[in-house]
Parts: sequence; structure tokens; C-alpha cells
Amino acid sequence: MLLIACPWCGDRPELEFRHAGEAHVTRPADPAAVSDAAWTGFLYERQNPRGLYRERWRHLHGCGRFFNAVRHTLTDRFLGSYPPGGEPPA
Amino acid sequence: MRLPAGGRIDRDRPLHFTFDGRAYTGYAGDTLASALLAAGVSIFGRSFKYHRPRGLLAAGAEEPNALVEIDRGPGRREPNQRATMVPLEAGLVARSQNRWPSLRLDVGALAGLAAPLLPAGFYYKTFLGPRRDSWHRLWEPLIRRMAGLGRAPDAPDPDRYGNRFAHCETLVVGGGPAGIVAALTAAESGGRVILCDEQEELGGSLLATPEVMIDGQPCWESLAAAVAELRANPQVRVLTRTTAFHYGLQNFVALAQVLDRADGLRERLWQVRAGRVLLATGAIERPIPFPGNDRPGVMLAGAARSYCARWGVLPGQRAVLLAAHDSGYAAAFALADAGAAAGAGAVVPVILDLRAAPPEALVAAAAARGITVLAGHGVVETIGAGRISGLRAAPLRPDGTPDRGRATAMACDLLLMAGGWTPNVQLFSQSRGRLRWDAAADAFLPGGSPEAQASLGACNGTTELGAVLQEAAAAGRGEAQAAAAPAVPTALPIRAIAAGAVAARKAFVDFQNDVTTADLALAVREGFRSIEHVKRYTTTGMATDQGKTSGMMSLAVTAAVLGRDLPEVGLTSFRPPYTPTSFGTLAGRHRGAVFDPGRTAPMHDWAVEQGALLEPVGQWLRARAFPRGAEDLQAAVARECLAVRQAVGILDASTLGKIEVVGPDAAEFLERCYANAWHGLAPGRCRYGLLLREDGFLLDDGVVARLAPDRFHVTTTTGGAARVLHLLEDYRQTEFPELQVWLTSTTEHWGVAALQGPRARRVLAPLVEDLDLAALPHMGVAECRVAGFPARLFRVSFSGELGFEVNVPANRMPALWQALWQAGAPQGLTAYGTEAMHVLRAEKGFIIIGQETDGTVTPDDVGLGWAIGRKKRDFIGKRGLARAGMAAPDRRQLVGLAPADGRRPEEGAQLLAGARRAEGHVTSAYDSACLGRPFALGLLAGGRARHGETVFATRRDGPPQPLTVGSPVAWDPAGERLDG
Ligand SMILES: [Zn+2]
Repeated sequence: MLLIACPWCGDRPELEFRHAGEAHVTRPADPAAVSDAAWTGFLYERQNPRGLYRERWRHLHGCGRFFNAVRHTLTDRFLGSYPPGGEPPA
Repeated sequence: MRLPAGGRIDRDRPLHFTFDGRAYTGYAGDTLASALLAAGVSIFGRSFKYHRPRGLLAAGAEEPNALVEIDRGPGRREPNQRATMVPLEAGLVARSQNRWPSLRLDVGALAGLAAPLLPAGFYYKTFLGPRRDSWHRLWEPLIRRMAGLGRAPDAPDPDRYGNRFAHCETLVVGGGPAGIVAALTAAESGGRVILCDEQEELGGSLLATPEVMIDGQPCWESLAAAVAELRANPQVRVLTRTTAFHYGLQNFVALAQVLDRADGLRERLWQVRAGRVLLATGAIERPIPFPGNDRPGVMLAGAARSYCARWGVLPGQRAVLLAAHDSGYAAAFALADAGAAAGAGAVVPVILDLRAAPPEALVAAAAARGITVLAGHGVVETIGAGRISGLRAAPLRPDGTPDRGRATAMACDLLLMAGGWTPNVQLFSQSRGRLRWDAAADAFLPGGSPEAQASLGACNGTTELGAVLQEAAAAGRGEAQAAAAPAVPTALPIRAIAAGAVAARKAFVDFQNDVTTADLALAVREGFRSIEHVKRYTTTGMATDQGKTSGMMSLAVTAAVLGRDLPEVGLTSFRPPYTPTSFGTLAGRHRGAVFDPGRTAPMHDWAVEQGALLEPVGQWLRARAFPRGAEDLQAAVARECLAVRQAVGILDASTLGKIEVVGPDAAEFLERCYANAWHGLAPGRCRYGLLLREDGFLLDDGVVARLAPDRFHVTTTTGGAARVLHLLEDYRQTEFPELQVWLTSTTEHWGVAALQGPRARRVLAPLVEDLDLAALPHMGVAECRVAGFPARLFRVSFSGELGFEVNVPANRMPALWQALWQAGAPQGLTAYGTEAMHVLRAEKGFIIIGQETDGTVTPDDVGLGWAIGRKKRDFIGKRGLARAGMAAPDRRQLVGLAPADGRRPEEGAQLLAGARRAEGHVTSAYDSACLGRPFALGLLAGGRARHGETVFATRRDGPPQPLTVGSPVAWDPAGERLDG
């Protein structure tokens, strides 16, 4: 079970959280203006990297807030977590 | 035999127990294994495949043979318990397993009947002949009878299982000398310490070596002092009979503690998050493969030493040691000395050493005890009916195989194997630590690890006690570990032991799964090269053993057959659990009613009193129908439907999801999320809302009421409430953080009584205050009082009839219900359930999310295109709907389906047309009392343009059935009944 750092509540066990997919997938400001291909990318295309992954979590059974985290997909080590709209740790 | 003195047993506390129905007596402090061994029992079970008699190989958790059934009464019968890990208790009832009809006479073992049937890969080799159905009729029943472990219990477990979460700065796994010293020093440096050990007693290897001195003191005295110090330290929690069976991410370690408390608490799961983990898990002695090495009376040398020192049991009176490692000599000497002290004579007459030149000091020490050492000798075969009664030994040829021609026979009743030691790295490996091959240690040792952890002592390849204690003390203080002193090679490498045994017959590598060196050689001959494949093909290291005694030797034999070096062949990965863990421990309190806790609506108890049939809907348990007298479900549903259409019905609709959306930007927020237009909705009015996903497909639906300019009461489907709130929260927090809006789940705050039917207003009106009910329009909402309670009153219909939904605080619901029930009696008010609700809505062509939709259905597909706010710039799913193909005319569209033959179609049936290819499917099908015939809804390609056409629905009970396509609205298409 992962130990996940909520930016507001601190380290909590994984069972308090719900994963919410890849982070920094930006919804186009004017969806009508983007091509079908671009919209398909927004809907379906994800990085799924072998390595550092920026992902979203929600502290569902805690403060209820969404946030971002950087996790290494091979070791499951977290490099850090940060609020939505923030910059990932270097 | 039991020695007259010694051991850690309490000879003043005899305990009576039975094994296979026979009475025995042991002592407090015994295990089931030591007590039976003391009583002269040598056969503990039959082997998995060949039904060969098997005795004790080991003394601890690694025991592969002595799996027994412990019977504590109904529901408390546990199979596959290792006799070495069962503390003796008064009245214990134990039975052997996998024997038929009895342990001594086993039909399966007669004439080697089983052996030819079960070679390596027997799971995978097909049993083709003699007939086509031979597998089911002949082979499978036979193999099932012959192969297998214990019987599963057949009654519910009446005991309780606990669960605790714990946090500590240091978790020490293993309570041997390394673990104890590490725990003591860790506690001195501060912080909470948890020390766990699978045994009943701390001490580990020291429990078998009372002759060893620590700082000039007998080690059992040092041990007692150290244990007392640990127990006295409030920062240290000592957990015995507690196995760390799972090492997960970020130092999350799961422990299974056996309690066997008188109050019924049997076991407890500990979920520990540790700052650092110190692994002191010791090492497991390696058996040596040679012909007949599985005969009862053939035992690991270290195990024999344990039985002798710890439990005062001499496991044999004439023992031969087969040594490939120095440590065997100490065991042989301990037995010889104990035997001499007890007047048992020369207990160990001979040591066979596989090495050509054993250390001179050991040979001299043996000679001083009158023990003959035959260097460069191996075992050709063991002899005995059941238990070993002798063996034939022979000098080894240069290739390591015994020279049969020069064999000599010798009598013995015990044969000790000292094949060297395998560091117990299972937990380290589970933690994703990397193992490295260490040639000097002749073992895989812990390498790098992503966790804050260290391995100490024998599991780290450190074997000399002084070095172990230093290493442990340093680790306990958190100091970086000094490189372990280079191990002095005192053993024949495992690869050489294996090479000498490849050609041997019946030389077992995995005792539990009955895998021999020949099986491994066969697997390689048949083309398996990867150790992972060899393992699975031969079933080596499966079941409770998990490679503890077999892993390294099977690897070494495979390497020898392949002619490769051992590290090249690799190592199979270790997975949790480390030892078998009961389902009870994993489940804890989550069983029965709280296995998956159900939710019940406010009128649940009333419904049960009325004899309602219940059905699960998501997490909820809802009333499906209220049969009267001898009515079956169908009759009850028909009566309930007619009551709603002709008079009035009442439904507990409290399970509907409800979200309060509040704030100055509430309308704008809904505008951006839901497909409908919201700014124009006046307070006091409702709208049927559609929520899509970004891909344009329907996610949820529900009535949304505007109570005030800044306050909406949003309803969702019963099963979709959490999903919808999660999605709305996501957009609120991450896409539209600038909006001033708050979302609150109010599902369980409101109880909802739905009154549906032409007489609904007549029932309700007398109970309503602060509102002119007659003036409340369809899709209107008002806050008022009903039966004296503050209420939100909706005029909505999910049946097509005049309808109201009265929301009151959930705790007022029973009183409201009673008031409505009394007021409604003269009007024929009838309680109805979810089944009638489904029929009524389907007659009107109203969809149910998840029934008419499946994640690939757009609003237009189900005729709800009208609800979309076309002029809106954006909403969730708008762009998705604009994708190519989302408006194609041949998309599957909602239609009504009237069976031409009067039979109810099957839900899920494929719809076929002329070309006999699937063009859709039946989504809902019911018998309709109101229509007087069965009917169905379905999704059909281009269906809206095909009204009047005949299609066919597949049936499981015969040829496809003709259906006439029509409008999905079968009841009151003009909508004239909404006003009653
Ligand atoms: Zn939080």
C-alpha cells in the first residue's frame, strides 16, 4: 500500500485516495476550435511512461481535494506532490 | 525418545492430545512435531503426488512434509498446518492428510501405482486416451483422489479475527540474536520499535545452541536477560507467533499474529508502516539430494539439533550425518553429547562428508567423540520399511557421484543432512530489493533496495555469531553497515552437490511437491530453459513451501543439467505471502453483514415487515415488490403497476443520489457541466438533466431543481451518485476553480416518498401546508410542509402518471410514510417496488442509465437530443458529440419492440434483420399488465426510421423471435395523464 502525501493533509495511506489519471492533460479552452485529432488526443492519448509519471490523485476519504504527484512507475517512489495548476518538483 | 533432562519444555505440565485418533502426551513448550517425535512417531503424512510416507524434515516454518489438519470442532478445522509451528495445547486434535485409507497403509503408494502417471509437467501433459472423454471420466478423478493437500473446512469459522494499524520508527523482523540486538539498540537510540517473530519464543538459532557462550555467559542466560529488557521497554512492542508475510511499498509490512485467545480472537492482522525495516530472518538449511532422501528419519542436521536442545528430544538413537558443510558437525556433536549424557550410547557413529578433505579440526573433534568420518563419501540409497533403518554409503567418483560398486551398508535410524544454508531473503525480495549472487557465501544475498531497510545476520550472509551481533548493533543504531567479513568457504558448493545427484533416482529436491532431480532434468530435456518455466512445469516451490527448502537446490540442479553457472540461470521471484496466511486474518471483521456493507433506505424495515422481496441495487438493498398472500413476483408486479395506473402507488425513492449545488456561480457551473441549459431555469422549476462524459456518451441523468437563484437540488441515478459527485468535484476543483460554487452530497439527508398515479394529489393534498398543491405545475418544486415536516416537494413523474416526490429529512420519513399510508388507504394507495417502477418507466420509453445505455450511447441515440442546450458554447461532452460518426443515421437508436408471438423477449438478445447479422440488442423486456402483452425496448441500427419493420431477437430456448419495431413510448404517447 502506497504512502501518499496530500499537499494539505500530509502522508496518508493509499486506501484514503482515488487515482485520477494522468496530470497536466489540459482541456482545450475552446473545444470547438480544436481538430478531431487533437480532441481524440485529449480524450485518449496518455504518456504511460516507464519512469517518472505525473499523475492526479484525489484525497477522497480525507479532504476530498484533487492534487498532482510525481511517481516513478518502476519503483513507485514519489518525488513529491503539489496542488492543481502548480509546477512539479524538479 | 525424550531425553531425561534439558530443553525449554515444562516437564511439570504434561499435555494430552491425539494424532489420527491415538492419544499422546507432551509438555507445555512442545510443538506438535516435537511431542510426536518424542513419542516415536516418524511418519507424519503422505506426499503430494506419489503418496510416499514422509516424516519431519525441519523444525520450523520451512517444514514441507508434516502438514496436518488441526480440528478444534465445527468450523475450526484447519488443513495444511505445519506440525512444527503448532504449539502443543491440552486436548489438541490433529490428523494426518492425503492418506487413504490410512497413514501406514496407503493404496496410492502400492507398487508405485502413482509414479508413472505423474511425471514432471503432469498438470500440462494431456491425458488423451483411451477414449475422447478419458480426461473427465478416468484421469481427472483418479488424479484428484491421489494428488492434493488437505481438506478445506466445510463450516463457517465461528472465531473472530482482528486488525490493527501500527506505525513505528523501526520494525525488526525476526527475533533471533540479530533481531534482538537490533531491537535493543534501536530502542536505545529512540523511537518506537516493533519486533516480530513467527515462533512462540524469541531466540531464533540460539534456542538450538545452549552450549554457545556470549560474553562468557551461556547464551540462554544472555537471551533471557535481553528478552526481559525488551519486554520492559515501553517503546518496544514484541509480537511472537507473528509472521511478517508481506513486504509492500514504502515499508508497509503486513504481519499475521496468532493469538488463539480464549475469548475467540484467533488471529490478528497488523498493517505496519515503518520508518525503517531491519530484516533478521535467518537462514534455512539445504537438504541434500540422494536416492531415498525423503524417507522418514532423514532430517536436516540443524532441525535435529533443535529438537535435541530446545525440546529435549533425541530424534534417533543411531544417526549418520551426511555433511557438505561444517555446521553439520556441530549438530552431530550436540546429538552425540546429549546421547552420551543420557546414557544412550554412541548416538552418532559415522559422519559421511561429501568433501574430499573436511577441516582437520572437525575430524579430530569427531574422533575425540568416537565418531568415524568417511571423507569423500555419499549415500547410494536409504533402506527401510517406512522409517529409515539403514543406508548404503559409497566413496564418490571424481564427478561427485557415488561409486555403487564400492558401497557398504550401515544401520541407522536417523540420517542428518547438512547441505549448507540459504539466507532467507524472501521478504527482502518482496520489497523489490535486488538479490546478488555471492560466490563466497554460495548464496544469493541482499543487494540494493529502494526502501529504508537493512538485512542483518544470517539472512545477510553473516554467519559468525560475534560478527552477527556487531552488525545488528550497528544497524539498530542506524549506522551504515560495514561490509560483511568475507565468508570462509567451509562447504561444498551447492552446484557441486547438485551435479553429483542429477542422475540419481528418487532424489527429492522439493519434498512437498514431490519433485526429484530427475523431474528437473526431464523438464530441461523437454526444452525448458528459464527457471521460471522449469518451476511451473515441475511445480517446484509451489504450495506452502514457496521454495524455502527447495528453491536453491532446484536452481542448482537445473544449472547443472544445463551446464551453466547458477547465477546465469537466475532466481524465481518471491511473492507474498511468505507463509500461508488464513483467509480469516486477511478478512478480519469484514465478513457476513459487513463483508460489503449494504445501504438501506428509510422504509427498509417497513418493507421487510410487509414481506417485500428485496434486491441489491448498487450498494443499496431495495424492495423489488410487495407480494400479497400467495402472489408470485409476476402477479405482484402486475397488481402494483395497475394500481399506479388506475389509482395511486407509493415508492421509497430515497436511494436516488442527491447533490446540493450552492453558490453565486451554481447555475454557471451546471451550465458548463450538464448538457442542458440552466440559466433560464426559474427558481421553483425542475429540468431533466443529462450528464455526459467528454467523449459525448451518456454518464448519468436525473431531475435538477432550482430552489433559488444560487441553489440547486441535483438528483442522480441510485448507482451513479458517487461517480457523478466525483466528476463534478473534479471539474469544480481543477477546470473551473474560478467559480464560486460548493457541492454537498445530500443523498442520505433526504428521505423521498414517490406518489404516482391519478389519485396522487388527492392523497397528498390534505397533508400539505404552505403551498397550493393544485397550482404546482408538472416539473415544479416547492419548499413547504408535508404532514407537519419541512419538505421539498417535487412534481415529477417517472411513470407517466400524475406524480409527486416528497423529500423530508430522512429521520422524518417513517412518520411521513405512515401519514401518507393512512391518508391513501381510501384511495387504494399501494406500495410498489423497483420492478413495477421499471415496468412503468419502460412503458413510457424512459431510459435507465446502464440498462438502455452502456457507455457508447449518445443522448440522441435514446431520443433525448431535445434536452441538449444547442446554443451553449460548451459543456462536458459537446465537443465529443461533434466527432465524426456521432450523428450517423445508422447509429443504434432506441425503439419499442412488440413481440408478434406473445412471448417476452430476453434482455440482452441480439436483434437480427434480413442479413442475419446483429443490428442491435434488447435492452429491457417486461410483461405489461397495462398493455396486456409483453413488450421490450432495444437499440437498433437506424431504428427511428424503421418503425413498422419486423426484426428478430435471438432466444436461448429456440429460433429467433419476430418483433415489430415501433415507438419506445407504448403508454399514453400524447402525455395526457400527467395531470391525473
Ligand atoms: Zn487531504
